[in-house]
Amino acid sequence: MEKILEVKDLAVSFKTFFGEVEAVRGISFEVGKKETVAIVGESGCGKSVTANSIMQLLPMPPAFFKNGEILFNGENLLSKSEKEMQNIRGNHIAMIFQDPMTSLNPTMKVGKQIVEGLIKHHGLKHHDAKKKAIEMLDLVAVPQPEKRIEQYPHEFSGGMRQRVMIALAMISDPQLLIADEPTTALDVTVQAQILDLMKSLQERLDMSIILITHDLGVVADTSDKVVVMYAGQIVEQGLTDEIFKETAHPYTQKLLASVPRLDMNRDEALLSIEGTPPDLYIPPKGCAFYDRCDKAMKICKDNMPGFTEHSATHASRCWLNHPMAKTNEGSGI
Amino acid sequence: MSKYLLKRLFMSLVTIWAVITITFALMHSVPGDPFRSESKMPPAVYENLLSQYGLDKPVPQQYVIYLGNLLQGDLGASMKSRVETVNDMVERGFPVSAQLGAQALLIAIVFGPALGSLAALYQNKFPDYLSMVIAIIGISVPSFIMGTVLIQFVARNVAYFPIGGWGTWQHTLLPSFALALMPLATMARLMRSSMLEVLNQDYIKTAKSKGIRKSAVILKHAVRNAILPVISILGTTISNLLVGSFVIEKIFGIPGLGRFFVQSISNRDYTLIMGTTIFYAIILVAMLFIVDIAYMLIDPRIKLAKEGR
Repeated sequence: MEKILEVKDLAVSFKTFFGEVEAVRGISFEVGKKETVAIVGESGCGKSVTANSIMQLLPMPPAFFKNGEILFNGENLLSKSEKEMQNIRGNHIAMIFQDPMTSLNPTMKVGKQIVEGLIKHHGLKHHDAKKKAIEMLDLVAVPQPEKRIEQYPHEFSGGMRQRVMIALAMISDPQLLIADEPTTALDVTVQAQILDLMKSLQERLDMSIILITHDLGVVADTSDKVVVMYAGQIVEQGLTDEIFKETAHPYTQKLLASVPRLDMNRDEALLSIEGTPPDLYIPPKGCAFYDRCDKAMKICKDNMPGFTEHSATHASRCWLNHPMAKTNEGSGI
Repeated sequence: MSKYLLKRLFMSLVTIWAVITITFALMHSVPGDPFRSESKMPPAVYENLLSQYGLDKPVPQQYVIYLGNLLQGDLGASMKSRVETVNDMVERGFPVSAQLGAQALLIAIVFGPALGSLAALYQNKFPDYLSMVIAIIGISVPSFIMGTVLIQFVARNVAYFPIGGWGTWQHTLLPSFALALMPLATMARLMRSSMLEVLNQDYIKTAKSKGIRKSAVILKHAVRNAILPVISILGTTISNLLVGSFVIEKIFGIPGLGRFFVQSISNRDYTLIMGTTIFYAIILVAMLFIVDIAYMLIDPRIKLAKEGR
């Protein structure tokens, strides 16, 4: 499959008063054409930093790239100038954010916020841009778009605002859409509508999607591939089926076990993963999940596990899956 | 909207009436009167003075008479100045103070928010430190020191600036600057903190993710939202500037309105106290009204007339 985006050994840190926080610690993944890749993990594990790194929207300083490359159509985004990035942002790569209530400018008419991007990337005259903005709102199924573009964001509901955000993202038929928890702030029915909308636009425009979420239900419905992140690292990645059916990493297993199911008994307690992710001021030397893993072994504490490949597409970072571990099973390591 | 305006106008009149009544009552509740301080005045002269200004009547009656005159636009005769009425004093002093105030306001509005924005954009870098040093000087140095320093070091060395007095445009420059510094500093600090807050908002990230230029992000998206807190203090700032500052006008020898506020009280000049207070109250109420309208124009989320919908 043709690759759109390739992240190689990306490491991002933040300089703070107390020292360096290693938010992302050497991650690599690929996004193919028309593919949807989900990045999952709990809060603070580096998902959003990864997304913002691709768009280069991180505040620098304090953030800085320590290592790695982000190849978009073979070109390294990290070596682009701000001016070159402005041509890529909103044009080839677009992004939508978690909270549609705060991601639109409250003092600017919705239409004008769309028109702005159209003028920048298509050089349209104001009148034509406005016509196109109405088309865009129609495309994302906002009713009465002619009336709506003259309104302000506070006159829109949450779901409608997220539609506007998607319209904003779609103005240049981007090759890649980064959706940073696009449905977290919406209620469940609206969530399904928004995901359907993204899916249909993806088919129409042949675009790839990076979907950042912590909702595994959303992942199962929409994604081709899943990247599981924990404490700034990828702990497991594979095709969606492989992640759900041949789960290899104890963290992924626990995440899946924590999803509430309809067939659960009412008096059954919801499962949660005890503890919190490690502090990334001083990242642990060994496996970051060591403290919270009930399958942890001696070796896990001080030695970082490498990736074990389960198939051409599926890999995990756990000592349990190391080829040597299997042969030594039961020998007391 | 017009319903709101009418309601607002009515409320403004009530506010001004309350100011008049409270000031009148407080003024008369303080022992003494305008003429008692002049010692060795024969009792007959004293009695005559009281009756000439109507001060021998009971206070409620004086209040009714005063209100009656006020409704005809007559602020009364000054009890100390034998040649000018209070109306004359306001008419003579206000244009001077207002010109000075308007120039100071212009300086403050142009440079205050700009300095604050610059500080926020270069947070913890040189422009930030520079702006905040200016702001701290502006807030902490009293205007009489600033005025004196300007006279001593600028006016005495640069012939272009007169040392004091009133007449040409050059006369207005140094006092305008001295007057502007405090509101400029306040606005700069306010703008800096609100700008820092706005720059961290999601919609700024959205604007950047559209690929528009950084300058457009700041001018079109950030400033308009960040300026709201500055607008909200403008009402009091403008009215304070327009009616004049006692200190600055005294130091630069400017015949403005400012000195009447202080003189009227130390002289117990009843009509002048009332006149200056009412004048200030009217300007303040009007400015607050204008600022509320400006607020609504800038932030569409604020609707003035809820009942109008």
